[in-house]
Amino acid sequence: MNVGDTLAPLEIPVTRTLIVAGAIASRDYQDVHHDAELARAKGSPDIFMNILTTNGLVGRYITDRLGPYAVLRKVAIRLGAPNYPGDTMTLSGTVTALNGNTAEIRVTGANGIGHHVTGTVTVTLGAEEVPA
Amino acid sequence: MTATADEEAARFHELLKAFEGRPAAIAGRAKDPVNEPMIRHWCEAMGDTSPAYTGPDAIAPPTMLQAWTMGGLSGHSDRSCAYDQLLALLDGAGCTSVVATDCEQEYLRPLRPGDAVTFDAVIESVSARKTTKLGTGHFVTTRMDVRANGEPAGTHRFRILKYRPAATTAQPARPLPPKQPARRPRPVINRDNHGFWEGVRAHRLLIQRCSSCATLRFPWLPGCNACASPEWGTVEASGAGTVFSYVVMHHPPFPAFDPPYAVALVELAEGVRMIGNITGVPYDKVRIGMPVRLEFLRVDEDLELPVFRGSEG
Repeated sequence: MNVGDTLAPLEIPVTRTLIVAGAIASRDYQDVHHDAELARAKGSPDIFMNILTTNGLVGRYITDRLGPYAVLRKVAIRLGAPNYPGDTMTLSGTVTALNGNTAEIRVTGANGIGHHVTGTVTVTLGAEEVPA
Repeated sequence: MTATADEEAARFHELLKAFEGRPAAIAGRAKDPVNEPMIRHWCEAMGDTSPAYTGPDAIAPPTMLQAWTMGGLSGHSDRSCAYDQLLALLDGAGCTSVVATDCEQEYLRPLRPGDAVTFDAVIESVSARKTTKLGTGHFVTTRMDVRANGEPAGTHRFRILKYRPAATTAQPARPLPPKQPARRPRPVINRDNHGFWEGVRAHRLLIQRCSSCATLRFPWLPGCNACASPEWGTVEASGAGTVFSYVVMHHPPFPAFDPPYAVALVELAEGVRMIGNITGVPYDKVRIGMPVRLEFLRVDEDLELPVFRGSEG
């Protein structure tokens, strides 16, 4: 691994089921994440993904790409364009710093209306990923 | 009056800033210890198949950190007065909507099934008034220290925007479409029966006839019930028939139908039977054996149906 390397992208179909399952698995019962009618009453066109699910998907993306021995140290994300049902979010990553066996990866999740998430993940690499 | 408005905003921000450094949650305690079922539900939702989260040495996905601290449907019992007061102050200023914008987590040690999670949180900062695409409001940042069995396990910085929703263009309530008279159900037309409905359009009542054994059949079917041959042709009904049986519909009512009305099983002169409405005779004057004559009734602009006109006496 070198600074500037990119990780293979991961496409996440943003289904209604994913949004609701993620909200409930993260114990987030805000109505805007499961009730389209109430979401519309609050000015949103539909339900949208909660930040905990986005966080979980970013974490999954990094360990999917770097292997099960990679250990997450920090995940810092900022949300932008909401993830509405029917959209697709493509996660991509670039190595921005490397310090011993610790890498910093810039992650972006783009959907049909813009950048849903931008963030930085700090990860300790598993044995196979440590640079020679 | 901009200066006054700005002064007002600055004064309000001073009020909000007084909450900085005050607790957002005191001695919070997770409702459940770290546990395998919640880990599995999380991994299923996220599509996360990492082996680190299953088996005897399983750890919880680090990104679940906040999930353990959530109040769930029964809510938070450990939220501080200060945090509730801050949110109430913002609500009172019209900033009634909330959206999470940032989440920064640092993981100090993995959480494992059985760990008891406790936490404290502090209001770190409240921003000056900001105008965003969603509306105008204030960012509130909290920092939570999460412990497992009393040891530091991670920190969780969370930022929300409490805002007044941008004025949505007032949309007049959509006028209801003018009430249409109810329409009769449409026939289901498929490749096995479309020839029949083509005939109806041409005002011809077509009966299938088996090409092998010449048996007539109705309603239309792909094969012959007598000899199983799939080959068939048609003959046009003369239109003469008699009432073989009938019912009078009173209930339940269906839109587009005006009960009571008679529905008859008519035996055509050719020998096959078909169901249809009886016209020209009051519903209570329909009788078995009554002679009827085919006619076509235009139900609406898209639909014509074969019906049978009865003759009394």
